[in-house]
Amino acid sequence: MSSSSSPDIRRWYVIAAPYLWLLIFFLIPFFVVFKLSLSDVATAIPPYTPIFSWSTGIWEFFSQLDFENYTFIFGDPLYINAYFSSVKIAAVATFLTLLVAYPMAYGMARAPKAWQPTLMMLVILPFWTSFLIRIYAWIAILKPEGFATLFLTKLGIISEPLQIMNTTTAVYIGIVYSYLPFMLLPLYASLEKINPSLLEAAQDLGSRPWRSFWQVTFPLSLPGVFAGCLLVFIPAVGEFVIPDLLGGSDTLMIGKTLWTEFFNNRDWPLASAVAVLLLFVLIVPIVIFQRQQQLEREAGR
Amino acid sequence: MKTRFSWFNLTSITFGFAFLYIPILLLVIYSFNESKLVTVWGGFSTKWYGSLLQNQALMDAAWVTIRVAVVSATIATALGTLAAITLVRMGRFPGRTLFSGMIFAPLVMPDVIIGLSLLLMFVAIGFDRGFWTITLAHITFTMCYAAVVVQARLQDFDKSVEEAAMDLGATPVNTFFQITLPIIAPSVISAWLLAFTLSLDDLVLASFATGPGATTLPMKIYSQVRLGVTPEINAISTILIGIVTVGVLTAAYITKRQTDKAERERRRAFGATG
Repeated sequence: MSSSSSPDIRRWYVIAAPYLWLLIFFLIPFFVVFKLSLSDVATAIPPYTPIFSWSTGIWEFFSQLDFENYTFIFGDPLYINAYFSSVKIAAVATFLTLLVAYPMAYGMARAPKAWQPTLMMLVILPFWTSFLIRIYAWIAILKPEGFATLFLTKLGIISEPLQIMNTTTAVYIGIVYSYLPFMLLPLYASLEKINPSLLEAAQDLGSRPWRSFWQVTFPLSLPGVFAGCLLVFIPAVGEFVIPDLLGGSDTLMIGKTLWTEFFNNRDWPLASAVAVLLLFVLIVPIVIFQRQQQLEREAGR
Repeated sequence: MKTRFSWFNLTSITFGFAFLYIPILLLVIYSFNESKLVTVWGGFSTKWYGSLLQNQALMDAAWVTIRVAVVSATIATALGTLAAITLVRMGRFPGRTLFSGMIFAPLVMPDVIIGLSLLLMFVAIGFDRGFWTITLAHITFTMCYAAVVVQARLQDFDKSVEEAAMDLGATPVNTFFQITLPIIAPSVISAWLLAFTLSLDDLVLASFATGPGATTLPMKIYSQVRLGVTPEINAISTILIGIVTVGVLTAAYITKRQTDKAERERRRAFGATG
């Protein structure tokens, strides 16, 4: 008996609850954001012209909408630069995360089997502890009178305090540190699956270890590289906490711009337009990510 | 095959773990610092923990955070488990692609977008903002993580056990509670713990979804961190790290014991063939 032969009504009881929940609290809110991004700011509470008003007709409803917020964003280099610099910072940080995570995942996948669950546990543990706290820990390290300066001065490597805090470098460190597990786990999963006899075969045929790595191991680990990069890149583009706490005033990131428009300038329609455009930038990588997840699920069955 | 660590592997693992753990260790050590200067060691002291207890605003925020986390993790785990069953066991149904899209998108979607959109909807329908709006927001994004965790386990286990129960006349509901749920229980527990810690940790969604009166611990910590590093924040961070570490280790221990037990029973059942 397969599940497809169970009564249709009963199936829908199971499907309906999570489905409706996500429709109401995930999908519909996007339409509200979209609608609001076409509205005008007003000095009122809430600070915009109403989203729904039953007294107006359909025609009036549409006639009040315009693309003013979007033309404003495209006309102001500040916003355009913020989008470009978010994508650039996220891309560079993703690459750096890959550089840090790859040797580590490789070492874990080649570690004695008995050790591997413990090593996995140790990777996941910091991920469970608060994101905010982990960023906070870096402030104490990176600030001019912080631990990094103290340590390097004692070793005699530097004589001046480090100027890393409030720069883009600090943002890179913050992203690499907080997103490392997201890169490590898929990398480890794909490296661990590689059949060691393939490497032995390459070795027997006279391949040097370095060449075996580039011609056998690395190509086989590409699905993990790909998944890890998406898991880091997409959320990093919209990151708010890291650039806000570790970055300086010259670190432009769109998540921070959105936050400022919303909380400080209280321009909700403009913040909505910023969000819609951010979603637009991310839609392609998000769809690729979903395709990949789906393929993996189908393969896992 | 090699079963020892090679030098290269050992070095890369050591450096990796040093990078992951040194910042956290420094934070924990300096929470016991007598001196108010965070990076200068002034002797051992637990006074910052004492002053935490005196800080009423911080204690109130902690209480709100824990209540939000318990309620949202519980509902999110229930919904996430249903979502996982839908993904793994329901085959094709109209709107399946949209459904799996809505499960996986929140995992990577920047939280500023989710926060802003939820807030705007709450305002649009005139929902009073506070404890419940934060909880609703947390349920929405943590249920997706819960779904992914439970789904992984559901995919693994042998469907024929469920089918056998149904063939013997058990109703689908009975089959779920007596067969499926006990088998996936460890993953349901980890899903709850993950949802709980994600909720405990969230700053951005809570900041958007909250209204007057409801302040969570991350919001409180964030506003103090912006003013600078203080030993009090180190102390509260250490407590949170301690709670999470104990929780995760306990969960890992329970899961390991259960899998060991299942393995022993399997061996006994098939003992003759070994």
